[in-house]
Amino acid sequence: MTASFTGAAQGIDARISVQGITKTFDLGGEQFVALDNVSLDIADNEFVTVVGPSGCGKSTLMNLLAGLDEPTSGKAVVDGKVVTGPGPDRGVIFQQYALFPWLTVRKNVEFGLKTAGLGAKKRREKAEHFIEMVGLSEFADALPKMLSGGMKQRCAIARAYAVDPTILLMDEPFGALDALTRVKLQEQLLDTWSQDKRTVVFITHDVDEAVFLANRVVVMAARPGRIFDIVDVDLPYPRTEEMRLSPEFTALRNRVWHSVYHQNTGTSAVSTPSILTA
Amino acid sequence: MTATEAIATVGLPGAPVKKTPKTGAKNRKLLLTLNIVSVVAGVLLWWALSLAGFRLPTPVAVVERAGSLVASGTLLTDISASLTRVLIGFALGTLVAIPVGFLMGWYTIARGLIEPWVQFFRTIPPLAIIPLAIVLMGIGEEPKIFVIFLAAFFACVISTFQGVVNVDRTLINAARVLGSKDGGIFLRVVVPASTPFILVGMRVGLGASWSTLVAAELIAAQQGLGFRMQQAQMYYDLPTIFVGLITIGILGLLMDRVLLFAERKLTGWQERR
Repeated sequence: MTASFTGAAQGIDARISVQGITKTFDLGGEQFVALDNVSLDIADNEFVTVVGPSGCGKSTLMNLLAGLDEPTSGKAVVDGKVVTGPGPDRGVIFQQYALFPWLTVRKNVEFGLKTAGLGAKKRREKAEHFIEMVGLSEFADALPKMLSGGMKQRCAIARAYAVDPTILLMDEPFGALDALTRVKLQEQLLDTWSQDKRTVVFITHDVDEAVFLANRVVVMAARPGRIFDIVDVDLPYPRTEEMRLSPEFTALRNRVWHSVYHQNTGTSAVSTPSILTA
Repeated sequence: MTATEAIATVGLPGAPVKKTPKTGAKNRKLLLTLNIVSVVAGVLLWWALSLAGFRLPTPVAVVERAGSLVASGTLLTDISASLTRVLIGFALGTLVAIPVGFLMGWYTIARGLIEPWVQFFRTIPPLAIIPLAIVLMGIGEEPKIFVIFLAAFFACVISTFQGVVNVDRTLINAARVLGSKDGGIFLRVVVPASTPFILVGMRVGLGASWSTLVAAELIAAQQGLGFRMQQAQMYYDLPTIFVGLITIGILGLLMDRVLLFAERKLTGWQERR
């Protein structure tokens, strides 16, 4: 598995460059090392998934890239600039959808556009476009409480896309959805990604999802949080239903699975499941 | 939604939101019937007790007294005097409490400076302030409005503060990554997200104001429902006391329903589980 599809980004080509980031949290006097000297380069247009056991710091890594948190040492660099806070270049999709419950789908999607100072008409047009893209036109004036989990996440995706970020940071976006909805949203995500080629960092704990979506799968390990393995996924896009069942996919998935669940020789309690859940 | 529906639905806070229309309507009808039966039975029991020799006025005597108090204009004067005090005190209390609560929730410095005072003074019943208020403010309207203000303020400030503290971090983060700065986050996330808390605080505050009123009116008032009952007590005038009590109850209920209605209109977006 040495062949690489896009190739690991190196040096100045990197859109996103994580440089020796360490992040520690103070847990009641005890230092918890969420990330220990993590470095990673991500190229333009790359779709990178990050997978790992809980506590491996994958969400922390995403918060640092989003600018929602600061590293203890090291730095995250996006387009040559050190990340010091959130920016419109980086759209974030949260696992808990994070829709504003008092706003309709339309108003949620318009939220970032309003912040950007767009006029009412422009906002509406733009929101309309992205609401249609995620197939929520019929629900444009519904409140989030009326939507199912999948619809909420589609709304959140439309909201993130509306401000036109060139980087998408997704923190287990489909983690709370049922298997069927998850597969559908994965395919839709790849569809839009292959059209407009954003750079995507996608956190997940689902190995199948990680392999299906990515150019590159970054496997992390916990205690301390660190990069354990990087697996290039040299399957062509568009990724199809059949591809999930192909021997190549299975081999890659097994490789990643092994990396995730057999990090310490002592812990191998989890067995590989039979083929697919989707 | 009609007012009747609102009140009927409000009567069962634990009821599931998604109920089939048929059982919902049936349930509401049943509840309404039971409500009426219960009230009528209560009045009958009261009547029976007064006839049986308890020292209570009969419902008829109370209604007659209410009629004569309305006819002489006394009841309306009292009601307007009491309502004016409550509403001024409540409005001032709420108006001050909301910004103070926001400050406490939003700025650690403000919280550190204000919280000890709020926590300390809120344990003192507003009524206990009355002697102090009289000495400092005399016996005019000011001390009465002041204690009502205190009652409303403390109820509302705490819940506004709680509302701000409880705003979901993820929502704030979502606003930040969509480009909002502190001011925008405050206006577009913190304020709407804490509205349910503020409205609950206002309801509690209104209840507290109303219950403080009567005692406040014992301070040499010239009119008001509390004053009227105090007068009636001296003349052993039980029907007037009853009229006063029932009026206070009805007005309190009406005001609560108005706020409840506002709450449902403004916070209907909440997911109820």
